[in-house]
Amino acid sequence: MAYILLRHRDIPDLDKFDVYQKNGGFAAFKDSVTKKKPNEVTDVVKNSGLRGRGGAGFPTGMKWSFIDNKNWPHYVVANADESEPGTFKDREIMEGNPFQFLEGLALASYAVGANVAYVYLRGEFWELGAALDRKIAEMEEAGYLGEKLFGTDYSLRIYTHLGAGAYICGEETALLESLEGKRGQPRVRPPFPPSFGLYGKPTIINNVETFTNVPMILANGAEWYKSIGTSDSAGVKIFSLSGRVRKPGNYELPFGTTFRDLIYKHGGGVQDSRAVKAIMPAGASSSLIPADDKVLDTPMDYATVRTLGADLGSASIIVIDDTVPMTWLINKTVHFFKHESCGKCTPCREGTYWMSHLTERLQHDGARGDVDLLLNVAKQMQGKCLCALGEFSTMAVVTGIERFRNDFDKPVNA
Amino acid sequence: MSLAAKYPNEVEQILSKYPPEGRRSAVMPLLFLAQREEGYINKAAMQDIAKILEITETDVASIVRFYTLYHDKKEGRYRMQVCTDLPCALRGAEEFMEAVCDRLGLNVGETTADGFLTLEAVTCLAACDKAPMFQIQGPDGLKYHENMNVDKTVDVISTLKRKS
Repeated sequence: MAYILLRHRDIPDLDKFDVYQKNGGFAAFKDSVTKKKPNEVTDVVKNSGLRGRGGAGFPTGMKWSFIDNKNWPHYVVANADESEPGTFKDREIMEGNPFQFLEGLALASYAVGANVAYVYLRGEFWELGAALDRKIAEMEEAGYLGEKLFGTDYSLRIYTHLGAGAYICGEETALLESLEGKRGQPRVRPPFPPSFGLYGKPTIINNVETFTNVPMILANGAEWYKSIGTSDSAGVKIFSLSGRVRKPGNYELPFGTTFRDLIYKHGGGVQDSRAVKAIMPAGASSSLIPADDKVLDTPMDYATVRTLGADLGSASIIVIDDTVPMTWLINKTVHFFKHESCGKCTPCREGTYWMSHLTERLQHDGARGDVDLLLNVAKQMQGKCLCALGEFSTMAVVTGIERFRNDFDKPVNA
Repeated sequence: MSLAAKYPNEVEQILSKYPPEGRRSAVMPLLFLAQREEGYINKAAMQDIAKILEITETDVASIVRFYTLYHDKKEGRYRMQVCTDLPCALRGAEEFMEAVCDRLGLNVGETTADGFLTLEAVTCLAACDKAPMFQIQGPDGLKYHENMNVDKTVDVISTLKRKS
């Protein structure tokens, strides 16, 4: 199947303006601005079944339709903060096929009546940000961005904004706070960004990969997109595969592809031909899935992965083999969340801190009762944190202890 | 010297990206600008930025301390930030870090005697398929170095020294 998102793998130099334009580039945007009404664009995206690709999987067209049309101006923000461990798909999109991403962002802006859009990039994507600035300038020079586009009344400018190293800024309201020049700490929700977003105005925020689907959906139609993937999850997903596989990397595949195909057919199987012990499908925020044939043969889409007691999330598939002790693994994930906790809400700020003491202790024997205490602390955090960071910081801990209890009973002194 | 005097064009360009009611948004790019010379943001720079944006110095300081890429004390001219997070660690990042510490004669968090390089451990840099890897943060930007080993690392550092 031809690439829909990572089209630079089919078409060399697609990151160059002329090549992108020659390969159908910007036609969907020009066509929509000159011939469609904004809500017609939203309807196409709604009917396509496209769901957010940042991790939550919220129906994209539906999100766009929630924008408050009684409050102006509107903004669109692209979440390019890609910081979930095991995720590196947005980076490849922006490096290899930047104009398709920008065109998708432009289409979304037109659909919701925004004249200004921001790309919030994690600070470490420094050079990528500079490259995007050059691409935006090229689009302006060619009349695809700026004032009164294609002779219509519609104007659009896109700006990049760099973060400065904070995973929490991938959470949409923390991103908005950071973009507004404050510490990146989540807001109380409701209200949600489509009613109260950037500078208090109605804002649509979507992930880079989500936007990158949009020009192809407009060009080929909603039915075309829906015909790919599964009934629960339409279209293709870029799976970032990492961990103990022979060929880590990004793999763009239709939803419904099995874990087995991803890991063995595409990923070259496990290093040293070892067995898969566990799969973390959503990066560090994952529940740990103990691997067996049934799991490996499970088709990957949002609904089906849930039946395995986990969430597909951003589809950042980390493969764990049988040489990895779960005590070591959860110590890693907990330290990540402790470092990245924004500090605003007590259960996460205190909980990640105390969990990290316990997971560190469990690395070196631990005290009697540590495992049960750790489980206790994690469970007390669940359902109480201001945002998903705190919630997800407990997933590997709880599922690690509950599903791999053997790993935890061994190191503790009796 | 204030940022607006030293880099007038850049300050103006930064401020123009945000609407008047969103002027405060400029704090992040202005902090990167202030960090350009010395690799850290001193008190005078924080006061300067606070004045440009009409916010308090405490506001600015709280932003500096919140984010990993802003620094408020002078350390090495360059920071070598090695990812030792879970996916990289599954592909040898911890062993790589130990070997680097050995070769450079540094512990994590320390700076070389000549003040050139500070060695740090950081969380995921979105390069999990190219481990072991690190980024070098210098006064004027950030660069990735992927699929690394200790010898290649030493080459990177020597090249950086020659260019400085």
